[in-house]
Amino acid sequence: MRLRQLALSAVVAVAALTSALTTSLAMAQAPVQFFPSLTGRTGAVAPNAAPFANGYADYMKLVNARGGINGVQTLVEECETAYATDRGVECYERLKARHGGATVFQPLSTGITFALMPRLAVDKIPMITSGYGRSDTADGAIFPWVFPLLGHYWIAGDVVLQHIANRSGGWANLRGKTIAVVYHDSPFGREVLPIINRRAEMHGFTVLALPVPPPGVEQRAIWLQIRQQRPDFVIMQTWGVMTATAIRQAVATGFPRDRMFGTWWSGAEPDLRDIGADARGYSAVMMQHGQARDSEVVRQILAQVHDRGQGTGPRAEVGDVLYMRGVVGAMLAVEGVFRAQERFGRGRHVTGEQARWGYENLNITQARLDQLGFAGVLRGPIVTSCRNHVGTAMMRIHTWNGSGFDWSSDWLQADMNVINRMVTASAESFARDNNITRRTEPGC
Amino acid sequence: MGFFLETIIAGLMNGVLYSLVALGFVLIFKASGVFNFAQGAMVLFAALAMARFAEWLPEWLGFESLLLANVLAFAIAAFLMLIFAWAVERFVLRHLVNQEGVVLLMATLGITFFIDGFGQTIFGSDIYAIDLGLPAEPIFILEGLFPGGLLINQDDLVTALMAMAMVALLTLFFQKTGTGRALRAVADDHQAAQSVGIPLGRMWVIVWFMAGLTALVAGMIWGEKMGVQFALTFVALKALPVIILGGLTSVPGAIVAGLIIGVSEQLAEVYIGPMVGGGIQIWFAYVLAMVVLLFRPQGLFGEKIIDRV
Amino acid sequence: MFYRENGQFKTTYKSDQQIFAVKQDRIAIIAIIAFAFIGVPMLADEYLFRAILVPFLILALAAIGVNILVGYCGQISLGSGAFMAVGAYMAYNVFMRVEDMPLIVALLSGGFFAMLAGIIFGIPSLRVKGLYLAVATLAAQFFFDWLFVRVRWFTLDSPAGTAEVSNLSVFGWQIATPMDKYLFVLGFVVVFALLAKNLVRGPIGREWMAIRDMDVAASVIGIRPMYAKLTAFAVSSFIIGVAGALWAFVHLGSWEPLSFDINRSFQLLFIVIIGGLGSIMGCFFGAAFIVITPIVLNQLLPWIGSLFGVEISTAMVGHAEFMIFGALIVWFLIKEPHGLAKYWSMARHKLRLWPFPH
Repeated sequence: MRLRQLALSAVVAVAALTSALTTSLAMAQAPVQFFPSLTGRTGAVAPNAAPFANGYADYMKLVNARGGINGVQTLVEECETAYATDRGVECYERLKARHGGATVFQPLSTGITFALMPRLAVDKIPMITSGYGRSDTADGAIFPWVFPLLGHYWIAGDVVLQHIANRSGGWANLRGKTIAVVYHDSPFGREVLPIINRRAEMHGFTVLALPVPPPGVEQRAIWLQIRQQRPDFVIMQTWGVMTATAIRQAVATGFPRDRMFGTWWSGAEPDLRDIGADARGYSAVMMQHGQARDSEVVRQILAQVHDRGQGTGPRAEVGDVLYMRGVVGAMLAVEGVFRAQERFGRGRHVTGEQARWGYENLNITQARLDQLGFAGVLRGPIVTSCRNHVGTAMMRIHTWNGSGFDWSSDWLQADMNVINRMVTASAESFARDNNITRRTEPGC
Repeated sequence: MGFFLETIIAGLMNGVLYSLVALGFVLIFKASGVFNFAQGAMVLFAALAMARFAEWLPEWLGFESLLLANVLAFAIAAFLMLIFAWAVERFVLRHLVNQEGVVLLMATLGITFFIDGFGQTIFGSDIYAIDLGLPAEPIFILEGLFPGGLLINQDDLVTALMAMAMVALLTLFFQKTGTGRALRAVADDHQAAQSVGIPLGRMWVIVWFMAGLTALVAGMIWGEKMGVQFALTFVALKALPVIILGGLTSVPGAIVAGLIIGVSEQLAEVYIGPMVGGGIQIWFAYVLAMVVLLFRPQGLFGEKIIDRV
Repeated sequence: MFYRENGQFKTTYKSDQQIFAVKQDRIAIIAIIAFAFIGVPMLADEYLFRAILVPFLILALAAIGVNILVGYCGQISLGSGAFMAVGAYMAYNVFMRVEDMPLIVALLSGGFFAMLAGIIFGIPSLRVKGLYLAVATLAAQFFFDWLFVRVRWFTLDSPAGTAEVSNLSVFGWQIATPMDKYLFVLGFVVVFALLAKNLVRGPIGREWMAIRDMDVAASVIGIRPMYAKLTAFAVSSFIIGVAGALWAFVHLGSWEPLSFDINRSFQLLFIVIIGGLGSIMGCFFGAAFIVITPIVLNQLLPWIGSLFGVEISTAMVGHAEFMIFGALIVWFLIKEPHGLAKYWSMARHKLRLWPFPH
């Protein structure tokens, strides 16, 4: 008995020691571009976050099937965080130096995003926060290592309001109306409020802010208040079970779904599938792409990845909204490396710092997007610069029809005059508080 | 006035559901002195079992009837909860007899982690639907008295009735049946019950099974409302203020406290919430319970805690 | 043979009452502290510092605070996460709002405000006991969760609602590299651990333990329950607040209220119980267990899978971690309800007799 216990503890101790002191093995083979993937495959975030990770991994496999990044193969290693901040930090620390160095991180969780931001400059690894994180990171002169490519929440809020204004016949017709904002009571949820409040000042409508404490399974009181106050429209900045609960409560209190608009994390299949026909009419602003089952890139993924038995995740999910978000995220990550290779050497491994240059100097034309298979999915050009880490401001709205999505608006462009002023002001204030000097290179 | 009544009605419906979850806690605490933090995970596990079997059985056995699928799935899930109760007694409780409350609490937290992982491994981490066929639209009553009528949800009404039926059944079970009496004896005094010949281990299996059934019904109802997914475990956190307000050892306490908490939570969120920016529902129930405890340290209906020197 | 008190005669009360009365204990502790300050920085790499050692130390510090309340004074508290949050946000405000505020003063002031919060939310302990108190302290947890999101003042009215600190320095020493952070936190932990150890050995500590064992009897012999319980809450919250401030400033750097949610409270309670209630040393064991186990499981499971030729998906590894962690906790509690510290004291006991069996 004692010997057995001794042997067992010895094995555990050895295992603990080896895993704690493991360092990455030197690769003597062909260079590999390492893309770590912080996943949320367990816990409360799993239904919405797992498809993203699947799409990300699948596109990277597709890139390899196409011949890699000018011959350099991509390598994805996943690390499960369940969106817990300290696990995210541990995953980051563990993965950042492996396989030749991480190229870019895309954490998705707001908590992990904020915790990693101070470390990026020290470790020289960029971060893509496509459609989340801080909106003022669009100003690359103050946030050189963070890239909210394709959009952030202020763009989302602006486009949703434009759509509402269009439906009402113009901004002037919004005067005197009430717009309720049901949001996740956290920095993620609050992020959409500044643009809505700004527009409310400009156009004379009232904002009714209704925070929902996470996880948001209990929303009866909020929707009773909505029933009492009778706002004209409801904008939702929610995530996960909060979205579905909100829509169910809207059904239960009789609020018309066609006056409800979500942002791009509040309008995907996991939120709406189980409600089905009752959610018909609910719309959400999409960061360019929505469901894309008929697109060329999906066709290629099915043919070259899933048909060869290498698919990550279920086949039925390929082409869903959140899956496509992962695909688009991977595409942006890879395109930045392509761009960096143009400057630092084709067919060579690219460091995090070089990749950062790549993300800051993107020029993805519509032709390139079509070539990659994103015709009809994304609208180019996506052009970044030091002062503009977003690259584009084109969005569109899709509406749930009971079993799928239909596009219900043309391409809408956010008003970058209004937004850029807000971004600069907020970024400058951040720089002052944290003693950051604005970059002064040409172009900044 | 109409709105006020609507808020109260909504609070009452919610309250009944809180009571249902709280009952699971109270049952286990009464009979074995264990504060079962795993109740939330049990709700999720049971609901996952029912949802998935309701989905798989028609495929495997080839029938169409929704009612049959649901009934069979319910039965299978109940059976799984029985196995779970047996496993908990055999592997955990038996070895932790006579430990202090904190240690048992931690053991149930360990069980929580285990079922969370186990349930997701077997049944998956996606969102699964339980379809009880309840209508989702509201109905409006008393339209003559109040402009626009009072909003009542049909599915809330049905689920509240289901919960009340469950509560009534449990109360009958405890008061009228022999096993119920034996459970109450065990709750009173373990040693005395053993000396009279009541098998302690078997009683614990029964009480954990009852709590598991309560969890299953609660999971079925909440799962129907919000989809069966991991967030279901947070429902148990809502039941904690109910338990301490009502008293850890009182079944009627759980019911009354559930209704009180349900109503006061809604009223606070709707009337006080806007004054402080909203979102106070999350802590209001706890603060209310805490304040009441200052005046009645054992809860409204709990047993007075007698300390002897 | 080596661990003998033979020949160590104490000739003054002071030497008899000192914290490490046995000379071998003193030597061992000094060796451990020396190794921690000098040896570890030479051996450890950046990952070990940032991802394992710093969280381990800060959680151990917080666990010392929780142990004083739960282990020594017997008041079960599930609001520790909230007190960490109070410490973090108040330290942040003091650090940012006051010009040239020294870092250490800011961190200690975070602890001070956490202490005030602890005293206020500790008042129910005068009437409420046991599990009722545990759930009542959850009121503190959820209230502060809400407060730091709702009241913009705490995050300096930033639009994002998050807090971030950078450029930490103490007396000109820039705390930038992981090793600097480790040494800084280690300093705090050593000081506080020694202070806590002395506190619990003194009269106030004995009052706490009397309250824990039987508070009615304690009040009969003249110990004022209000004073004892509230001081326990005060000291405990102070330490937890400082730990929270360190967690935010040194480990995370940029945080939101969900970093200190109810899972953190449960985690601290785990650490204290697995480590051993009523033992300062146990806090370190418990913290090591909680920090290292998930990482070990994360690495070990795919490796075991590859031994059998089975590829285990990330999700499966996550689920298995949960299951094994839960099973380990239950197993530990069955095997040794008094925690890892009991093994430690058993080992010391055996060491006294070694090489004799009895």
